[in-house]
Amino acid sequence: MKKVIVIGNGMVGYKFCEKLIAKAPAGSILLTVFGEEIRPAYDRVHLSEYFSGKTAEELSLAPRSWYHEKGIRLFTGELVTEIRPDKKTIITHRGQSFAYDALVIATGSRPFVPPIDGVNKSGVFVYRTIEDLEAITAYGQKIAGGKRPKAAVMGGGLLGLEAAKALVDMELETHVIEFAPRLMPRQLDEAGADLLRETIEKMGIQVHTSKQTTLIGGNGRIQELQFADGSSLDLEMLVISAGIRPRDELAKNSGLTTGPRGGILIDGTCRTSHRDIFAIGEVALYQEQIYGLVAPGYDMAEVTAEQILGGDKNMVDQIDMSTKLKLMGVEVASFGEHFAPSPARSIVFEDKYAGIYKRINISEDGSKLLGGILVGDAGDYNMLLQIAQNGMTLPPNPEDLILGSRGGDSQAFGSVLDLPDSAQICACESVTKGDICSAIVDQNCESVKSITKCTKATSGCGGCKPMVADLLDATLKSMGKTVKQTICEHFPYSRQELFDLILVKEIKDYDTALDEIGHGHGCETCKPALASVFASVYNETATVQEAIQDTNDRFLANIQRNGSYSVVPRIPGGEITPDKLIVIGQVAKKYDLYSKITGGQRIDLFGAKLHELPEIWAELIAAGFESGHAYGKALRTVKSCVGSTWCRFGMDESVSFAIDLENRYKGIRAPHKIKGGVSGCIRECAEARCKDFGVIATENGWNLYVCGNGGAKPVHAQLLAESINREDCIRYIDRFLIYYIKTAAPLTRTAAWLEKLEGGIDYLRQIVVEDRLGIAGELEEQMNGLIDTYSCEWKEVVDNPELKRRFAHFVNSDNEDDNMAFVGMRDQKMPRPW
Amino acid sequence: MEAILEQYKQVTEAQVKVWFKAAAVEAFPKNAGACIKYRDKQIAVFNFARKNKWYACQNLCPHKMEMVLARGLTGAEGDIPKVACPLHKRTFSLETGENLNADLPPIATYPVKIQDGFVYVGFAE
Repeated sequence: MKKVIVIGNGMVGYKFCEKLIAKAPAGSILLTVFGEEIRPAYDRVHLSEYFSGKTAEELSLAPRSWYHEKGIRLFTGELVTEIRPDKKTIITHRGQSFAYDALVIATGSRPFVPPIDGVNKSGVFVYRTIEDLEAITAYGQKIAGGKRPKAAVMGGGLLGLEAAKALVDMELETHVIEFAPRLMPRQLDEAGADLLRETIEKMGIQVHTSKQTTLIGGNGRIQELQFADGSSLDLEMLVISAGIRPRDELAKNSGLTTGPRGGILIDGTCRTSHRDIFAIGEVALYQEQIYGLVAPGYDMAEVTAEQILGGDKNMVDQIDMSTKLKLMGVEVASFGEHFAPSPARSIVFEDKYAGIYKRINISEDGSKLLGGILVGDAGDYNMLLQIAQNGMTLPPNPEDLILGSRGGDSQAFGSVLDLPDSAQICACESVTKGDICSAIVDQNCESVKSITKCTKATSGCGGCKPMVADLLDATLKSMGKTVKQTICEHFPYSRQELFDLILVKEIKDYDTALDEIGHGHGCETCKPALASVFASVYNETATVQEAIQDTNDRFLANIQRNGSYSVVPRIPGGEITPDKLIVIGQVAKKYDLYSKITGGQRIDLFGAKLHELPEIWAELIAAGFESGHAYGKALRTVKSCVGSTWCRFGMDESVSFAIDLENRYKGIRAPHKIKGGVSGCIRECAEARCKDFGVIATENGWNLYVCGNGGAKPVHAQLLAESINREDCIRYIDRFLIYYIKTAAPLTRTAAWLEKLEGGIDYLRQIVVEDRLGIAGELEEQMNGLIDTYSCEWKEVVDNPELKRRFAHFVNSDNEDDNMAFVGMRDQKMPRPW
Repeated sequence: MEAILEQYKQVTEAQVKVWFKAAAVEAFPKNAGACIKYRDKQIAVFNFARKNKWYACQNLCPHKMEMVLARGLTGAEGDIPKVACPLHKRTFSLETGENLNADLPPIATYPVKIQDGFVYVGFAE
């Protein structure tokens, strides 16, 4: 058994374990890992999401149990202090020694802290580990008082700007101090950096460039920064993000060759100056450079795993430093030779108004794309990167690449299928177009999810997801496969298509729909599905086309196990007067109904016979009740806590808001039931995050969550918008609900719908909050149309003798159903058991 | 419980001894079902108006022995006219009574005729 030791359990060290275990024959390797941090490897790329609520567990790349299952010995919180290459052993800080056949150094890097006077003052932090973030958060809370404290980030690079975002989220007045004359000097040219600066300054971040800090002043704790130009800045906290330095001290002390400015020297096989010792990730110096990106580190992990197992894989000559990221909502990308190489031509497009800057560099003869920079809109990054990497031929007017094709039908990019099979689609996991296509063709993958499962593509940074989706579509199409969701044999359409067809063709009833766009005589699947569409398009109640309603909607009550029905009057927000409570009690007593409080803060009355329903409702309506639509795929309840009216912790009036929301959306039919919740503070007593839409009051306004549910597969709702006022909150829920109603498959709750929605919550936010499709107005209008035409369907029935007749058990007799039987239980009745 | 099921036996048109005058055509909803009472029996009657055809079967669903089939959604599977029980969506052929989506015993079906604006259901007794 070959003994392999990994020093370092960061992202690259973990990736190496994953790759080695996957490639090695079972039982051939004994893998031992030492990590200095207390927790197993986590996702440092998305570290800033820790501030937006992701937990350490969620950031974790794999739980401890994963290492255990794979037979990996994992030591965390354990430091390796010495390597003895001659004896092929390592020594830990506990003095234990371990022997190896192959050693992999993946110790990563440390934040570079410039030697400035005062860096040891309290209130000065670096930004690399979860512990750093915890310390920053704790200090931020400590200094947060009545006024808005000032904080700064030293370093306007990629990580520095991430840190700045975190400070903004902590509601600190945020400054960014950059030594170079522009932001992100490694990735952006001057024009691109200027545009980025303008955009983030609009978000309230103050940017200071060409500033050399000479002193961190203050008495014990940081109070000011002094700069070389004589100026200064008062502040209470500083986060230093001035670059990284490789953690090479262990290697250096053990006699391995390191570079003059640090880093363990490696060759194309990732070997160091000792044959059995490898170095990977940010500690490795390859081609005289340290690579602070995860993709080259993963490549090194792959090469090392292959080499240890006897393969001959080598690093590619040209390390790709292309990056795409989103900084405070601004997309920034650079790829290939992004600074003007010579000889070359550049094409630049700038729209200061929209905050977009694009630059591409083209070979002198105009035939090849060399690289480029995108700020503000990096939607074409994947395709541009592929064109550059694969040396693909450019369109006749290369400017089409950034301006889009103007006139004619030709596409500037051509199709994803034109890419060579060797084109690397997922850089994090080194997955090529060929790998993905073979997963689709040979392994029958028909969704991005299953491709991810087969190939791991998209599982890293996720940036290649749109391209994988395009590739999937195009490949399936080329195979003549159409993955079409039809609702049943009678309609060759998805629910969304039916929705559009009924709207456009102005089809008013089910029979016409069958004749015009369907065939045959329908079934129990398409009838209720179309009933739901008719309800959404025309807001017609279930009484209009009663024959296509599922039994609950047809009889406006919930059928129970013995064929009796239950009755649920609406109690908006769960608020009810004693007088109304008494009426419910009297009705329940008169008709001998089993009574129970529901989970949605209302009262369910069970055991009503079909013919009794109109009489029961006549009494309830006379007392001011309305239908609760408990029987419909419709809004059920908006649950609330008592809120600031009574609760000493409440931040706002949750009951009033819940009542308004419930009354606003009552009666609206949807693909499935909809539930809402409103909590008056973050204690969340209304369990709003278990609802399709949930609103929680905070100090700064309402936070809106969507797409949660309880049930068989509980899902927490996700944050759609935060710190918004009541009007915006209502507007967003309007848009969200209509978008869901229009696009979801039949009987799909919002959580399942969102899970299938390509782009997930971010995409939903673009539609609902940012109005990227420009349909927000239309969605609101449709919602208003539904609200304006609401009527209580039970009121319709009790006022109409003809409708009332539908509730007779027999059409030829006034007798009751003599088969229905009840037995007693705890002073009430229940159906006779089956 | 099985005794109730015993009451319902398939009747073909040739076996009809009594044509029971159930109710006027207008008493029945179009493209849906309604229940009629004949002696101790509950019979579900379906008006497939699109095809101008009528069907009848026992109102009792053999799955959980509840009198509910008349309240089920009607439709077709291929060319077979069917009803789906409102309780658990078990579907039955209205021609043969056969259970189409599970292994339940068949339901009894009965012939229907329309005469002078009235619906008649045929029984063997």
